[in-house]
Amino acid sequence: MMRLPEFTYHAPRTLAEAAARLAAAPGDTLLLAGGTDLLPNMKRRQQVPKAIVGLRHVAELQQIRGTGALQIGAGVTLTRVVRDPAVRAHYPGLWQAAAQIATPHLRNMGTIGGNLCLDTRCTYYDQGHEWRKAIDFCLKKDGQVCWVAPSSPRCLAVSSTDTAPALLALGAKVRLVSTAGERVIDVADLYRNDGIAYLTRRPDEILTDVLLPDAAGWRSTYWKLRRRGSFDFPVLSVAAAVRLDAGGRVAEARLVLGAVASQPLTAARAAGALQGRPLDDDAIAEAADLAAALAKPMDNTDFTLVWRKRASREFVAYALRELRGDDMRNVRLQVARQSLDHVA
Amino acid sequence: MNDRRSGGRARAHLTLHVNGEPIDVAFDAYKTLLEVLREDLGLPGTKHGCELGECGACAVLVDGEPVLSCLVLGVECEGRPIMTVEGLTTDGRLDPLQDAFADLGGAQCGYCTPGILMTARALLDRVPHPTREQIREALSGNLCRCTGYQQMFEAVEAAIGRVSAGDAAPGRPEAKS
Amino acid sequence: MTIGPSRVIGVPRRRVDGRAKVTGQTRFADDLTLPRMLHCRLLRSTVPHARIRRLDVSRAQAHPGVHLVLTGADLPIPYGILPVSQDEHPLCVDKVRFVGDPVAAVVARDELTAIEAVDLIDVEYEPLRTIADPLDSLAHPEPRIHEYGDAGNIHKQVSLEFGDVEQALAGADRVFEDVFFYQGNTHLPIEQHASVAAKDPDGKLVIWSSTQTPHYLHRALAKALQLPAAHIRVVATPNGGGFGGKSDPFNHEVVVAKAALMLDRPVKICLTREEVFYCHRGRHPVLMKFRTGVKRDGTLTGMHLQTLLDGGAYGSYGVASTFYTGALQTVTYHVPAYRFEGCRTFTNKPPCGPKRGHGTPQSRFGQEVQLDKIAEALQIDPAEFRLRIVERPDTLTANYLRIGTIGLAECVHRVTAASGWAEKYRRLPRGRGIGLACSSYLSGAGLPIYWNDLPHSGVQLKLDRSGGVTAFCGATEIGQGSDDVLVGCVAEVLGIEPFDVRAVTGDTDLTPVDLGSYSSRVTLMMGNAAIQAAERARDLLAQAVGRKLDVPASRLVFADRRVFDAEQPGRGVTFQEAVCLAEAMSGTVGTTGSYTPPKSAAKFKGGGVGPSPTYSYTAAVVEVEVDPTTGWVVVPRVWIAHDIGRALNPTLVRGQVEGSVYMGLGEALMEEQAFRRLPARLSGALVHKFPSILEYKSPTSLDMPEVFTELIEHPDPAGPFGAKEVGQGPLLPIMPAVANAVYDAVGVRIDEVPITPDKILKALEAARDGKPGRYGPSSFPDIAWPEPLRVPPPWEGGDGRAVNETRRPKPTATGAGREPAVRS
Repeated sequence: MMRLPEFTYHAPRTLAEAAARLAAAPGDTLLLAGGTDLLPNMKRRQQVPKAIVGLRHVAELQQIRGTGALQIGAGVTLTRVVRDPAVRAHYPGLWQAAAQIATPHLRNMGTIGGNLCLDTRCTYYDQGHEWRKAIDFCLKKDGQVCWVAPSSPRCLAVSSTDTAPALLALGAKVRLVSTAGERVIDVADLYRNDGIAYLTRRPDEILTDVLLPDAAGWRSTYWKLRRRGSFDFPVLSVAAAVRLDAGGRVAEARLVLGAVASQPLTAARAAGALQGRPLDDDAIAEAADLAAALAKPMDNTDFTLVWRKRASREFVAYALRELRGDDMRNVRLQVARQSLDHVA
Repeated sequence: MNDRRSGGRARAHLTLHVNGEPIDVAFDAYKTLLEVLREDLGLPGTKHGCELGECGACAVLVDGEPVLSCLVLGVECEGRPIMTVEGLTTDGRLDPLQDAFADLGGAQCGYCTPGILMTARALLDRVPHPTREQIREALSGNLCRCTGYQQMFEAVEAAIGRVSAGDAAPGRPEAKS
Repeated sequence: MTIGPSRVIGVPRRRVDGRAKVTGQTRFADDLTLPRMLHCRLLRSTVPHARIRRLDVSRAQAHPGVHLVLTGADLPIPYGILPVSQDEHPLCVDKVRFVGDPVAAVVARDELTAIEAVDLIDVEYEPLRTIADPLDSLAHPEPRIHEYGDAGNIHKQVSLEFGDVEQALAGADRVFEDVFFYQGNTHLPIEQHASVAAKDPDGKLVIWSSTQTPHYLHRALAKALQLPAAHIRVVATPNGGGFGGKSDPFNHEVVVAKAALMLDRPVKICLTREEVFYCHRGRHPVLMKFRTGVKRDGTLTGMHLQTLLDGGAYGSYGVASTFYTGALQTVTYHVPAYRFEGCRTFTNKPPCGPKRGHGTPQSRFGQEVQLDKIAEALQIDPAEFRLRIVERPDTLTANYLRIGTIGLAECVHRVTAASGWAEKYRRLPRGRGIGLACSSYLSGAGLPIYWNDLPHSGVQLKLDRSGGVTAFCGATEIGQGSDDVLVGCVAEVLGIEPFDVRAVTGDTDLTPVDLGSYSSRVTLMMGNAAIQAAERARDLLAQAVGRKLDVPASRLVFADRRVFDAEQPGRGVTFQEAVCLAEAMSGTVGTTGSYTPPKSAAKFKGGGVGPSPTYSYTAAVVEVEVDPTTGWVVVPRVWIAHDIGRALNPTLVRGQVEGSVYMGLGEALMEEQAFRRLPARLSGALVHKFPSILEYKSPTSLDMPEVFTELIEHPDPAGPFGAKEVGQGPLLPIMPAVANAVYDAVGVRIDEVPITPDKILKALEAARDGKPGRYGPSSFPDIAWPEPLRVPPPWEGGDGRAVNETRRPKPTATGAGREPAVRS
């Protein structure tokens, strides 16, 4: 059986207490929410913290609040996000993203904050200690070389969070709290295109809330590519949100690609190309080409990189066609292996 | 809650509520709920196939929801109701799901079965009359290599609304299907 | 004696071990805990091919809580499943052969301590050139991975010819030549291998292990530990899935046995999922070439098959696997002349071996896809084509396999009718397609692993005055329902309920030998042995009851837990009274039954692989949806018909069929035992790409299509109550049926498994560019094949012997085990 290494466990009751615990030894202490990311990493000795701060007793992190704009505590489970009527009604892109994460069990455990902070993934890195020894380790942990591209100065591990692209497209922010105070930043600014330092969160900070703006007038969607109907992390995802004017033209658009870099990629030019145009086939094709050009998948996930690159164009088009109002149920059924309606 | 046995590992002493009973238990503090159940509480009905959250074999109910016991710390389980396959049988009666799985081919090698039964139990508790698609989705976190799932779906459907027939009296217990 | 209508056989029932399984009470190996038990972990090689220059375990030995550290020096005697390939050591001696090869073992008070200590073992390796794949093996005879084998890094080469194939191809109207590749994949049982070993109170060794073959493990332990087999007890715990992956004796089993003997304390090991990938013994990657001659009406004139197998680092069942890639081509369709050449090479990867279908799915894929191509070229419907060439019942094939009943034509009729084949084939809109394939499989290997004249399965029955019956058999329950077959057969013959019969199985101290749960042999062989034992018991009871009632024994009926006069059903005794009467008359009531397969008609060297008492047949139609833009492929529906002979417990039979479809779809669409080659500065290290259950893609409940199963029941005289196998055969047609359906949907040929979206898209792009719409290997390498053994087929007056074979004296040993079973 895989076994955890030993650690000291703390169970603070308040945010202030948690922040103080973290500040005491920020390098050696890690936060534990749902455990679905940290504990496998610890069993594989990718992360070996001296201490763990469990957040499940911190009540401030467990709430969903607000009408119009929505505030979701970082400790809210993905299942609660999926079951929340306001999320489903007003933020379909987030709902679709959360509903497609991992499995029902893992959504019962994993939290939205945990999914935003999900460690970047790579088939050279997400391996047991002995396996990594066989490749003399890698840049991300204990080694010198990024085996994905040995000349790369930085780690190319892949951002594999489903909720981040969706939240980026929805214009969401996150709150970060430490003993030094708090700050609110755009979700986009939470990430860096570096497989190791992929978060701008400081080691002493706790991600406490997701802040969603009022979605009135916005349509949003999320499309995920993975091999199977469940379990798998995205190897490509597309989050899109548009606001149409009275004439059916795009007043505002946001397009985000997930799982093709070490951070979610905002496809600003592609979104810009939609500006002022109806979502007709030409506009969708142009945006899909522009967005797909951004995708630089590497050979460190499931599926071949060339094919993932090819699929990215189609997935952008699926997303925009759904936002236009096309009946995409059959395509969704084929891609996701289910209509998402049964997820709850 | 933590202490250290002489020359050994940090230990946790706490009370767990497993299958309706409070149990005082001491275990190595690094252990997951899976390990505590199997190794410290003598409840090996809960299985494991990866210990990394990738197969679903270790599913148990915590607070009534199916979770993967391989990714739950034992020290985080104090005071939370935990239910394992050993708790499905009440007063000597099998749960209708157990009867249906046994009768209809829902279990072949039987190794993923406890995790699947717990998951299906939680589904029926929340959605008493699920559709085939809802069953398919609910079980999508439990890998089975034997059955192809179809007889499991049929077994869950057969258990819908069924009152436990109880452990059949010795005599003709097999004549059920 | 009169047998009443079936009470048990043929009736869908709860399996006898069903209650244990749904209550979590089935005790798998890792569920066992013994007092004073210690825990074992293995240190595994981190390099693919190297000499061990230095191995220092002193720091591990000094780690608090460590009781023992073992290395190769402690266990110098090699073992292996086949007598011809005794090439494994419990822990590597001098040399490692793949990343994952075990080098040392730590036994400690708990698993975490053992993990910590394993990390303290220092090993220095002197790297050797990595042999990555069969082409590499053929090109580089040195450095040799093993010092035995046919040449260099070639483990085994076989060459057989039945009739003059070149002449047969010359006489064809057309000759089709196709090359296919079948990627390797693995069993992935959800239960990870586990074993607990202990010295029993009187000092003998006992091991509980998740093994499909306790008898073969018993032999391997006796050899590796140099103990008399009579002083070793092997208990096969119910397997949490096997699929062939627990059929070899494994190094960890020998290691914990040795440790338990040395420490006189129980020692447990449970492998991690990563280690299960290193145990492997799964599907061989196979490159193959078919040359098939046909007449315009579809009649086959001859076939020439060549296969190249990537064997991995050890022999395992590989010699048998190699023969199996060419054994069953003749069993489905009439092939008048047949030539087969097979070559297995060693590579620095986990060893391949038997996975569900053992060696036959790869070439079945090639054959059935090629038939689809031929049908199209000849403008014959693929179903009609197969019906024209289907082999006849009660015949001897070109390679001397004796066929009993064949329900293949009926299988084809049933799946085409159920699927609406006539309305769908070549008529569905672009992007939707339908494909057909057929197959056949053994109902048990006709020969054992080691040469002997002993029965393949034995059953003992104990009947006592309680009225209870205990059935003892060495067969192993791996989920397939073997305990249920045993109990069902006994209960049926004795007219009692399955609940009245207790099964004691898979325990070398308590049960007579059954060779194990492999080659789909258990239902047929154990079932026949069980019937024989039960009939003997029934005869004993009938004599006693007949005397008591003054009725001829032949007039007695055994039914409803009673023994009664057929002419006056009211006159009779309870089953319990019958047992008491028999016990009083002739003493303690115990009977035995055994089964030995009929002698094979194949007398040539290599003819030991392929013969079976009878063969099952399957046909499947698969429907696919393919997105022509991305190549994304989905299977919404599968229709399958299986010629089972007779379904002993239809619920379980259907489960085996559906489970086979599931595993077949995984192989067809996503499963892959893939490896990664690293740069030269890491000695070209070859590592398993993703030894995890997350990245090795096993279909989920959402990926599984609707399956419509039909069972074809025409009892086969060779089978118990007419039953044939079902555990493996239904997997075989799935992969080619998917490939054929993809062609029907989008017009491209994927001549390779798995069939993934990127391959479909590449083929579509090739077609768009005016090139052949195909993805697959382009050629088969030139291999220096040995002169074939020439065996004239039966219709050319052959007697099953090769005309150019230098004969050896026929072995007469009974269980000596020094002769290779796969007489090669």
